[in-house]
Amino acid sequence: MVQYAQARLDASFAALSDVTRRGVLERLGRSDASITELAEKFDMTLTGMKKHVGILERAGLVTTEKVGRVRTCKLGKRRFEEESAWLERYQQVWDSRFDELDRVVEKLKRKESIDGRKKRD
Amino acid sequence: MDARRETEPTATKNRTTVERRSDREVVVTRTINAPARLVFEAFTRAELFKKWWVPKSFGLTLLSCELDARVGGTYRLVFSHGGSEMAFFGRYIEVVPNSRLVWTNEEGGDGGAVTTVTLEEKGGKTLLVLSDLYLSKEALDAGIGSTDGMGESFEQLDELLVTLGAS
Repeated sequence: MVQYAQARLDASFAALSDVTRRGVLERLGRSDASITELAEKFDMTLTGMKKHVGILERAGLVTTEKVGRVRTCKLGKRRFEEESAWLERYQQVWDSRFDELDRVVEKLKRKESIDGRKKRD
Repeated sequence: MDARRETEPTATKNRTTVERRSDREVVVTRTINAPARLVFEAFTRAELFKKWWVPKSFGLTLLSCELDARVGGTYRLVFSHGGSEMAFFGRYIEVVPNSRLVWTNEEGGDGGAVTTVTLEEKGGKTLLVLSDLYLSKEALDAGIGSTDGMGESFEQLDELLVTLGAS
């Protein structure tokens, strides 16, 4: 899973390295759009825009759906979610463990200081 | 990979950092407000270890916990979860009192992670660094989470990701 996420992350960065593709993501952030609309907006040929969308799609940043003759593009849900979900889960596990560890050592500290006082008395 | 997460620090709570150092290694760091020898005790004495290693929120019951924290000594944790039992076990390959512990995770057969805990005391506080190092990237992929009895949660996460991917 992590390996898979890593490959996807590489693809995401590659996809984001192009100014047009970043523009497409920004545009799709406002609303879904067809390839034709995107091509017009960025003053490109349909073929050129299809290539860009294809790269974004493979990176999981964009999803497309063809209805009739129109291919509609929208922002992908995945993006960095899987990487961060994995790390978040892992971190929650350790965070709750360490919270408990804090309690355990706090008790040990208190016990030591009580024992220390007893010895001095 | 530059993936990294941190919790917000508060007055009483220290920050837990999780970082993937490489394809094969995940590193967790946390400062504990206590001397290293107390943290070491909490790692090596079963009656203390079982109080924190499996917080209630995990939804697991720890049935038994045996630790023999000596070089070559073994450990074994048995959990109950949803009517089934799971055992996690391995052996200690390095034990340096109050500063370093290295153990294997052998429940998954060969290729399990090696866990290294280092404790560094400074001004009465201890910086705890825990690293899970896998033999290969593939082993990390297969083993992540499961070594800690968190397998099911990660399976659920996997399912969620598959669902997201399909949508």
